Amino acid sequence: MSLDLSRRTLIFSTVLAGGALLVGRTVPGLAAAKPARFADFGPFLRIGSDGTITIIAKYAELGQGAQSGMAALVADELDADWSKVRVETAPADPITYGRPAFKMQITGGSASISDSWLELRRTGAAARAVLLEAAAAQWRVPVADLSVTNGTIAHAASKRSAPFAQFLEAAAKLTPPTDPVLKRPDQFRLIGTEKVTRLDARAKSNGTAIFTQDVRLPDMLVAMVAHSPRFGGVVKSFDDKAARAVPGVVDIFQIPSGVAVVARDTFSAKTGREALSVEWDDAQAETRSSDAIQAQYQAMAAGQAKADWAPFVTKGDVAPALSGKGRIVTLDVAMPFLAHATMEPMNCVAQVDGTRCRLTFGTQSHTADQRNIARLLGGKPEEVEIVTLPAGGSFGRRSVATSDYQKEAVSIARHVGGFRPVKLVWTREDDMAGGYYRPLTHHRARVALDKDGYPTAWEHRLVTASLLRGTMFEAAIKNGVERHGVEGVIDSPYLAAVPAVDARVFHPPEKIPVLWLRSVGATHTAMAMEHMVDQLARQAGIDPATYRRTLYTRANATSHLAVLEAALEKSGWGSPLESGWARGLAVHACFGSTVANVAEVSLENGEPRVRRVTVVVDCGTAVAPDQVQAQMEGGLMYGLSYSLYGEVKIVDGVVERTNFDSYRVLRMEEAPQVTVHILPSTQPPTGVGEPGTPVIGPAVANAILALTGKPVTRLPLVRA
Amino acid sequence: MGVTLHVNGKESVVDAAPDTPLLWALRDHMGLTGTKFGCGMAQCGACTVQVDGVATRSCVTPIDSVVGSKITTIEGLGGTHPLQVAWEKHNVPQCGYCQSGQIMNAAALLAETPKPSVAEIKSAMSGNICRCGTYNRIIAAIQDAAGVKS
Ligand code: FES
Ligand code: FES
Repeated sequence: MSLDLSRRTLIFSTVLAGGALLVGRTVPGLAAAKPARFADFGPFLRIGSDGTITIIAKYAELGQGAQSGMAALVADELDADWSKVRVETAPADPITYGRPAFKMQITGGSASISDSWLELRRTGAAARAVLLEAAAAQWRVPVADLSVTNGTIAHAASKRSAPFAQFLEAAAKLTPPTDPVLKRPDQFRLIGTEKVTRLDARAKSNGTAIFTQDVRLPDMLVAMVAHSPRFGGVVKSFDDKAARAVPGVVDIFQIPSGVAVVARDTFSAKTGREALSVEWDDAQAETRSSDAIQAQYQAMAAGQAKADWAPFVTKGDVAPALSGKGRIVTLDVAMPFLAHATMEPMNCVAQVDGTRCRLTFGTQSHTADQRNIARLLGGKPEEVEIVTLPAGGSFGRRSVATSDYQKEAVSIARHVGGFRPVKLVWTREDDMAGGYYRPLTHHRARVALDKDGYPTAWEHRLVTASLLRGTMFEAAIKNGVERHGVEGVIDSPYLAAVPAVDARVFHPPEKIPVLWLRSVGATHTAMAMEHMVDQLARQAGIDPATYRRTLYTRANATSHLAVLEAALEKSGWGSPLESGWARGLAVHACFGSTVANVAEVSLENGEPRVRRVTVVVDCGTAVAPDQVQAQMEGGLMYGLSYSLYGEVKIVDGVVERTNFDSYRVLRMEEAPQVTVHILPSTQPPTGVGEPGTPVIGPAVANAILALTGKPVTRLPLVRA
Repeated sequence: MGVTLHVNGKESVVDAAPDTPLLWALRDHMGLTGTKFGCGMAQCGACTVQVDGVATRSCVTPIDSVVGSKITTIEGLGGTHPLQVAWEKHNVPQCGYCQSGQIMNAAALLAETPKPSVAEIKSAMSGNICRCGTYNRIIAAIQDAAGVKS
C-alpha cells in the first residue's frame, strides 16, 4: 500500500450537514435518517452532534466481525467513547473504498484488519488532531495541555471539558495533518483489549438485523428460478400453465440461467416453481460423476493420464534420491468438491430501469459485481448502486468473478422493469446444487528420506481445477500456475528445508464452476503437507513434533517454531491419554498468520470423535482478541465440518445431497472444546478469518494415523 | 378468507392458503423477519419459533395447524431475555443468521430445564446448525443465562 493512498484519505471535505446526506447509504425503507447533524472526517469517519461516532467500513460484514475491529482502530486513535461507536458499510465506490492492491472494492483474503491498520488509525488520529486544535483555539490554551478520554476533551488546569460534538463546526474548517502521530502500542486503550466487542451482537440477538432475505420494499416481488439439474444445461422448452394458475404468481419467463417464476411472496414463488415443467437440453452439459473426475485426477497425478504440468517449485535434482535404494514415502490424498453452505442461501434484491440498477444484498465483491452487471445492462459500473447488507455467512461464496446469482437477479429485474424491486431467493437446494465449489483436488507426493529419516528429495503433483481461467482475474495465472491453488505448498517450510524439490500443478478446465472457499488453497494443501510430514516422521521413528521442529529450524521458520512450542506446552503433548485416544498435531501458515492445532481424537464406531483442541495463533497484534478467538473457534468448526463430512457428490452430472439431511455439517454435539492462545506481538495485524480453518483436518488425520497406523487417503473422514 | 394467528400476544389475520408454512406467513405476510429461512425441511433450526412454548420448526408447520395456539417469535422474546443478554455478553453471533433460531430453541430448553447440563444443552441444541461455528459460545451463554457454572 502506498503512503500517498493512505494520506489521500486524510483530506477532509468536512462539511457540517444535516441527515439528508445519509440517503443512499441506508437501506431505503429500512432505516430512518438520523436527525443529528454530523461532520465527515474523510471517507471513513463521521461524527454526529449527538456524539455518535460512525465508522464507514469498506469491508463488508460476513460474520467475521472485522467491522468491529475496524471501528476500534479509528476509535482508539480518536480516544472515542466505544459505546457511541457505530459502523456503516461503505457504498460501492472503487475509487474511495477500493483496495490499492486490486484497484477493486473486495472483502477477502483475511485482509480487512491488516489493510486497515494504518489507514483507519490515521483517520482517527487526524480527526483527533483537528478536534484538539479547535478546542485549543476556543479555550485559548496550548494543544499540548489538552487530554482526551472517551470522546471528551479536557483542560486540566482550567477544569474545562467538553465532548467532541462541541468542536465539530470549528474542526471542520481546519486542515488535517498529513502525517498524524499514531499511538505507540503501550498507549492503546481499545486495541488488544476485551473492550472491543461485536457492535452487531445485539441486533443479531433480537431479530432486528436485516439480511438480504429480510428486505421488504414497497411493491417488491419475489423470484425463484428453475435451474438446469446439470451444469451447462439450457432450457429446451417449458410448460407454465399450471404454474401460472398458482395464486400469487405474477409472471414466468425464460432468462439465461433458467426459467424465472415471479410472485408476490416467497411461498407462492416456490409453489409456482414446483408446478412448472421444464425440459432441458444437455448437449453442452457436464454429465460426468465426481467419482470419475476424482479417478481422472488421481491418474494424472500418478502419471497415468495426460496433464499439462506447470512447475512451481524446482530446485536440485530429485531423480537420484527418488530412484535410489533409500526409503521412499508416498502420499496420495483425494479431496472432494465442497459447498460453502452458508446459513443464508444466496439471494439478491435488484431494481433495474434501463442501465440504471440498484442491488441490495450482502456482497463480498462490490467492484466485480458492478462491472459484471454494467456489462449485462450495457451501462457503466457507476450506474450500478450497491446497498450492502450483512451477509448470513459467505466463506468466499459471495465473491464470484462471474457474479452468477447477481446477474440472475438483474436479468429478472430487467424483465420486470421500472426499477421495481425483485428479490431473488435461492432455496437450500438451489444453493447446494448451484456450483462454485471448492474444487475437487488430488495431491500426490513422493519423498526420499536420508539415513536419519529427514527428506532429501520431494516430488509433488497437484491437480486442482482453475479458479481464474475465463474470469476478470485471468491475468493472475502465471506460467500455468494459480498462486491460490498452490499456496501452502509453494511457501511450505518443509520444502524450504529439502535440498531437491520438483513440485508441479495442473489446473484442468472444468464445466463445474469452482471458487475459493474459506482459506482457499490451504483447504487442501494444509492437509497434504501436514499429513505427509506426520507420515515421514512415523517412517523415521521420530516424534512428529520433534520432526517438525528440526525442519522448521532448517527453514528458519520462526513463526512456525513459536506456535509449535506453545501448542506442545499448552496441549500437554507427550503426556499419556486414556487408551483409545490420541493426539494429532498440525501447523499451517496462510494470510500472514500461523496456526497450530493439537486435537484429541478417538474412533467411535469408525467415526472420529474430537473432544478437545488446543489452538495457538500468531497473528501479529490482535486488535480484538475476543474476535480473534471467535474466528479461531469458528474457522476450526468450519474446517472440522468439511474434513469430517463435506462432500458434494455428483452422479451423472447431477448434484446429490442438496440439503442438510444428506450434506452433513458439524452440529453442536460433534463440536470439540476449543482453547485458543494468541501469541503476544507488537507486529502489525495479519489475517484471522481464514487461517483457523485448514489446520484441524490434518490434525485429526494425524491423530487417526497415530491410532490406526494407517494414513488417510481421502476426505471426508466420515463417508456417507 | 384468512387464517387467524396469535403471534407475540397479538391476533392477526393472515391472507394466505391454509397450507402456507408458518415461516412464510410470519416473514412475508406479517413482516416478522427475525425468524429465518435456512433449509425449509426441518434440518437446520433457523426458523425455530415457539408454539405454546414448544420449540417448533416453522418451515414445516402449516398455519392451519397452529390456529388457536400462542406463537412466540424472536421479536416476542422482549430483547432483554436473559439469553439475549448473555448472547451479547459472550459475543455469540458471527454472521448471526442462525441466532434467532438458536435463541428460541434455547429459551424453550430453559423453560423446561432451567439448569441444563452441558450434555442436556448439546442434545437439545444439536438440531440447530451454525455454519459460523459459534457452538461453544452458545453453550457458554446458555449456562450463563441459566446461572450454571461452565
Ligand atoms: S428452515 Fe426450518 S429447520 Fe431449517
Ligand atoms: S452465526 Fe452464522 S450461522 Fe450461526
